[in-house]
Amino acid sequence: MADSILSLTGVRADIDQYHILHGVDLEVPRGELTVLLGRNGAGKSTTLRTIMGLTTLTGGDIRYQGGSIAGLPTPKIARSGIAFVPETMGVFGLLSVRENLVLAAVNGPIDEARLQWVFELFPPLKTFWHRPAGNLSGGQKQMLAIARAIIEPRDLLLVDEPTKGLAPAIINDLADAFEQLKAHQVSVLLVEQNFNFSRRLGQSVAVMNDGAVVHAGPMAELADDESLQQELLGLGLGAHQ
Amino acid sequence: MLSRLLSGDFPRSRPLVILLMVIVTLLALGPFLFSGVRAFATLGMILVFIMVVASYDLMLGYTHIVSFAHTMFFGIGAYGVAMGIEAFGSSFTSIFLGLAAALIVSGLLSLLLGLLSLRVKAIFFALVTLAVAFAFLSLVTQMYHITGGEDGMRVRVPRELGPAFRPFEEPLTGFAIAGFLQGLFTQPWNLGQIFSDSVFEVRFTGRTVMYYVLFTVTTLVFLFLLRLVNSPFGRVLQAIRENEFRAEALGYRTVIYRTTVVILSALIATVAGATFALVNRYVNPENVLNFELMVFILLMCVIGGMGTLYGAIVGVALFLLAQNYLQDVLKWIGEYTQGIPVLEELAAPDRWLLWFGVLFVLSVYFFPSGIVGQFRIWAARRRLRVSESAQERTTAPAN
Amino acid sequence: MKESPMTTADDRAAPAEKRSPLAWLRYARDEQSHLFLLVLMMALPALLIDPRTWLVLTISGLAMGAMVFLMASGMTLTFGLMSVLNLAHGAFISLGAFAGGTVLAFWLKDYTQAASLAVNLLALVPAMLFAMLVAGGVGLVFERFVIKPVYGDHLKQILVTVGGSIILMQLIEVVWGPNEIPINRPEAFSGAFVFSDGIPLIGGIVLEKFRLMAVVLGLAVYALMLWVIDRTRIGILIRAGVENREMVEIQGYRIHLLFLGVFVAGSALAGLGGVLWGMYKELLTPHMGDEMMISVIVVIILGGLGSIRGCFYGAVLVGLVNLYVGFLEPRLAAIATVGLMVGVLMWRPQGLLPVIKV
Repeated sequence: MADSILSLTGVRADIDQYHILHGVDLEVPRGELTVLLGRNGAGKSTTLRTIMGLTTLTGGDIRYQGGSIAGLPTPKIARSGIAFVPETMGVFGLLSVRENLVLAAVNGPIDEARLQWVFELFPPLKTFWHRPAGNLSGGQKQMLAIARAIIEPRDLLLVDEPTKGLAPAIINDLADAFEQLKAHQVSVLLVEQNFNFSRRLGQSVAVMNDGAVVHAGPMAELADDESLQQELLGLGLGAHQ
Repeated sequence: MLSRLLSGDFPRSRPLVILLMVIVTLLALGPFLFSGVRAFATLGMILVFIMVVASYDLMLGYTHIVSFAHTMFFGIGAYGVAMGIEAFGSSFTSIFLGLAAALIVSGLLSLLLGLLSLRVKAIFFALVTLAVAFAFLSLVTQMYHITGGEDGMRVRVPRELGPAFRPFEEPLTGFAIAGFLQGLFTQPWNLGQIFSDSVFEVRFTGRTVMYYVLFTVTTLVFLFLLRLVNSPFGRVLQAIRENEFRAEALGYRTVIYRTTVVILSALIATVAGATFALVNRYVNPENVLNFELMVFILLMCVIGGMGTLYGAIVGVALFLLAQNYLQDVLKWIGEYTQGIPVLEELAAPDRWLLWFGVLFVLSVYFFPSGIVGQFRIWAARRRLRVSESAQERTTAPAN
Repeated sequence: MKESPMTTADDRAAPAEKRSPLAWLRYARDEQSHLFLLVLMMALPALLIDPRTWLVLTISGLAMGAMVFLMASGMTLTFGLMSVLNLAHGAFISLGAFAGGTVLAFWLKDYTQAASLAVNLLALVPAMLFAMLVAGGVGLVFERFVIKPVYGDHLKQILVTVGGSIILMQLIEVVWGPNEIPINRPEAFSGAFVFSDGIPLIGGIVLEKFRLMAVVLGLAVYALMLWVIDRTRIGILIRAGVENREMVEIQGYRIHLLFLGVFVAGSALAGLGGVLWGMYKELLTPHMGDEMMISVIVVIILGGLGSIRGCFYGAVLVGLVNLYVGFLEPRLAAIATVGLMVGVLMWRPQGLLPVIKV
């Protein structure tokens, strides 16, 4: 079993006066793609945001590469090697595609070779290089959002529902991109509702319910067990596309 | 009965009640407790500005609308009366005509401002009111032939409200409380002398009549506002203040409520302006339309306590006292800082505003609820502690 | 529906057909409203005023606009990026005016009285730099201690910055005294270019040298700001921060440092505008900054919060309106400015070139 690049122990978090996370325990193995599943409202997005320091931690610890990142300011967490692609993508519509990527490359000018790799993964980004990102379609914005996360080498990617609202063809492109990332030894924590996408890419899986992780294990185990899927997620995952 | 009068909105804090009662008593018996002209003028100003600040609190504290145009409405009221008397001679009819015209103008302008707030968001609105108020000030200053420009206008009050009128034949006695207290603390052995020195004959003139007219108006306005904010209307305001979106979703047309508040607030300020003209007997752009005055209103409202109405009473009293007497305190400090370069400047009497500004900023950070709010918080905590310890005593044996 | 990766959401039609004049006007009014208004603003008075006076007024209006632009640009950027409404901005204008004015009127007075342009610049440039330094420095302290604790709370910001403004103005009086201080423009910039009557068209026109300098300086700073915003990394950061603060932090940038930088720069610019305005009026008064705040507020609302371009056009409009109306009917100048703002707001509630949707 690979060691964990990220571990959450007993993490609690609140939004205003609402308790969202009630003690989340999660291990994200290094070099693998881990999928975080769960019903709407289970706390998946909040978990990602808490890791990034956007939601205040009220209990527990988060350790990244052996060191605790609990309570650190978001920019510092980002700089330690974690990239976050939120559900809303957060693409800067008023900036061009180029400027979005320049901004994402915090450590200096964009590496040419890496940029070419990104263009191979996501050709539309090259086409619309100088155009405002707000003019891109939903799928293209998602590509840009992920491109931003990988334009510089990162050790851990947190991605929140990248396939939401996208057409199957785009989803395929995204899956290819993730396959390549996996080949590059990048660890990924992926929140997803699309089970086929998850099953194709995920090596480990964790299922959340009511602000806590209720099941964790290899993806194969969950994928083959319909009754377990029914129990954890309320319906057979074959129902998701 | 007191509950009906105050619409159930009590001060809710014993020290606060005492403070308020002291202020109200001093105001009610003012002409009989203070013999000087300066004190009389200060008391009158306190009454006028209680109305101004309370109406501003209705907007700022109860509806979270920031407006910098309040002095404009105040000025409209003052100039309305001044111009009415100028045009129609000094009679009560001309006062009412002037006031009526002023109320109409204020009503229309505030309606326009209220409608403008439809088109623009809160921050814009605050800035727009600032600009509009400035434009109005400029207009008044420029129209020399109608408003007297920078020189202003004298207000010839009717005889019954002027210094020559004497409603009472027999002399009335008053007791100069300030002097008495000062004597009490400095020469306590000389009590008899101090007591007889403090008795003075009250010059009860038409100006005193005006003072009591003002007192009545202020009281009525204040009680009206108390009634308003504790009515169903006031509860909707609270809903809008806390979550406008939800209030709209519940079916309340927030636009109508906000516009109503803006208009009401403006009309009250106009009435206050009218009383100002009659009490001060002199109106000019600097004493009614100045931006500095607007800032003072803001200061008084916040220091007194936003969203409490009682804060207006406390804030105005404190501020006007400070404005008039803080300079004396600084002068006294100044004697000790003579010759020390920087300190000397900082303690100069003209710098009272500097220190008040510092006080204001500190109070926004540390006492955001203002004086009244803070008193109430302390009182509520005390009550909580008392009830908690009472509960402990009753439930302890069960364990 | 199958979505092709090559389609975009951009369907701004290319103007293929030739537009009729009316349609063209409509296009100008809707898409280029700032230019439309500017041309209108310059054209209307041209019908009422004789050409030579119009030219002088226009140059003066542009000069005033340039100075107001400097004063206002800081405030609009601060609001756009940080969502901070700093009503103490006027105090920074006054600070800059007094600091720079001190250099000109006392410390380097001799240089200002020399006839040579080069020597004058030896006084002028340090004066401007000192004004920016003082205003920026005080801005730094102000941001840390007064503004930072109330990020996000607009009501408290208004209160605290109003209080802060009072304190700063009082401190100005402590340091410089409550009286007006007259200052002189450096020799090379006082006086005017006079075109002799013989020259056709522009003969007889008197153009004040200082005003021309102000226009040039204002345009230079505008160009510099546009360059920074459009072409540098900092500019990208600012534009991104204006759009989505949280996302910039997620990328790994400490946005508070950016805020601080913008605030200090904005205050420094206000100071620069202040010292120029002081030279324009040739008089320093503690409340001069506050007097300009009305124009500043009109400009940033007109132009659109957070937009430098909008701020520039707004400032030019305000400057022109002030001069034209000031010539035609002086008593209505202030009202005309505010009226312009209300009018534009009714037409475009977000301002002419908004970046932020407030």
